[in-house]
Amino acid sequence: MPQSITSQYIEITQDALWRKNVGFVQLIGLCPLMAVTSTVINGLGLGIATMLTLIATNTVISLMRGVIPDEVRLPVFVILIAAIVTVIEVFTKAFYYDLYLILGIYIPLIVTNCAVIGRAEAFAFKNPVGQAILDGFMTGMGFTVALVLLGGIRELLGYGTLFSQAELMFGESARVLTVTVFEHYRGFLLAILPPGAFFGLALLIATKNWLDRQASPR
Amino acid sequence: MVKQIIKVVLVLTLSTILGTGMVVFSYQWTLPRIIANERMTLLSSLNVIIDKEHYDNDLTNDVRHFVDSDLLGTTEPVMVYRARKNGQPVAAVFNSVAPDGYNGNIYLLIGIYLDGRVAGVRVTAHQETPALGDKIEAKRSPWILGFAGHSLTDPLETGWKVKKDGGIFDQFTGATITPRSVVKAVRNNLVFFQQHRQQIFETPAQ
Ligand SMILES: Cc1cc2nc3c(=O)[nH]c(=O)nc-3n(C[C@H](O)[C@H](O)[C@H](O)COP(=O)(O)O)c2cc1C
Repeated sequence: MPQSITSQYIEITQDALWRKNVGFVQLIGLCPLMAVTSTVINGLGLGIATMLTLIATNTVISLMRGVIPDEVRLPVFVILIAAIVTVIEVFTKAFYYDLYLILGIYIPLIVTNCAVIGRAEAFAFKNPVGQAILDGFMTGMGFTVALVLLGGIRELLGYGTLFSQAELMFGESARVLTVTVFEHYRGFLLAILPPGAFFGLALLIATKNWLDRQASPR
Repeated sequence: MVKQIIKVVLVLTLSTILGTGMVVFSYQWTLPRIIANERMTLLSSLNVIIDKEHYDNDLTNDVRHFVDSDLLGTTEPVMVYRARKNGQPVAAVFNSVAPDGYNGNIYLLIGIYLDGRVAGVRVTAHQETPALGDKIEAKRSPWILGFAGHSLTDPLETGWKVKKDGGIFDQFTGATITPRSVVKAVRNNLVFFQQHRQQIFETPAQ
């Protein structure tokens, strides 16, 4: 039964943000997720960079889906994704240099994010460009939410602050965004070190599963 | 069959050309902007160490390389930026390395006035542990500002250590290795400066 465009869009959105969230459910792209989420701003930065990449790669691959033969689709995806990520890196460096100084180290990491090739293969290669763009955007949003939540937990426990270094991303006026939640906090190193990422993610996944269980009729 | 093979080869070739083309084109197109951005950023970090008022030369281009793995902390050439006013030397800024941080190299900008006093020190990159070793960053703690004004005679050699080792510089609670490494690097740069002052300023820019 052909779905209406609207219900397709709604389904894409629900899947990407909640039901099949790449951070909490599909658990792909864990390498960058674990590596950079020591603060909210770091998480937000990587999330936005990944979202831009997903929108670009989904668009290009959806547009080329009629031309790419099945047998060689994966090498073609890899070439295109690598090229697009490099172009995004070069452009950020040229036009948003301040942002690049923060995100710069994460942008090459995006190539290692299996979510990008995952969406290319599972969605963009089979769907028209409108849906593919929405899927890229929403998958990126879902990933960003996961990164920001995990960054929030770790920053709060680790440093006792939230949104520290917002000025690096939004300019000097955003310095006031930093919230010191616990004054004179001594810091909790475990939360900032890599094990903290695993504990934090486990907590978030458990919370999501619990919410899902509450919502589902028994 | 043959037709299919030709198609596959064609698509692979074309997408490789498309991919590399995109990269080459955007790189070529943006390169001048990127170089200008990097220069601006370098200049603003140098200006944090040596005030704009104190020099009038083209600081980012008045640079010379030195190699001294003992005193400058790396076997790579180290950039030294020379600040001058009316042609007279004012200060030198070393882009050198503290090689023995808790977790590898700590990259430093160390400014030294002509008379051998420290103009300022800043960390440009490091991998020390968050919340322990990262207090060497100016944005996390004022610790790194404490070097300004000191020289090889103030304090004397025994004072160029962290307090725990009998010197005058603070360590951090639970982290001695990182500050120890930075203190040692700053002193080594001062020694290098004292030994090569003539050479540092006299030779033309490279
Ligand atoms: C996980 C972990 C990370 C550490 N990171 C640092 C660090 O970045 N810088 C540092 O000076 N010490 C760090 N330390 C502490 C050092 O091991 C050492 O105990 C401390 O510097 C005290 O040195 P001291 O005994 O010579 O005074 C770390 C310790 C642990 C367990």
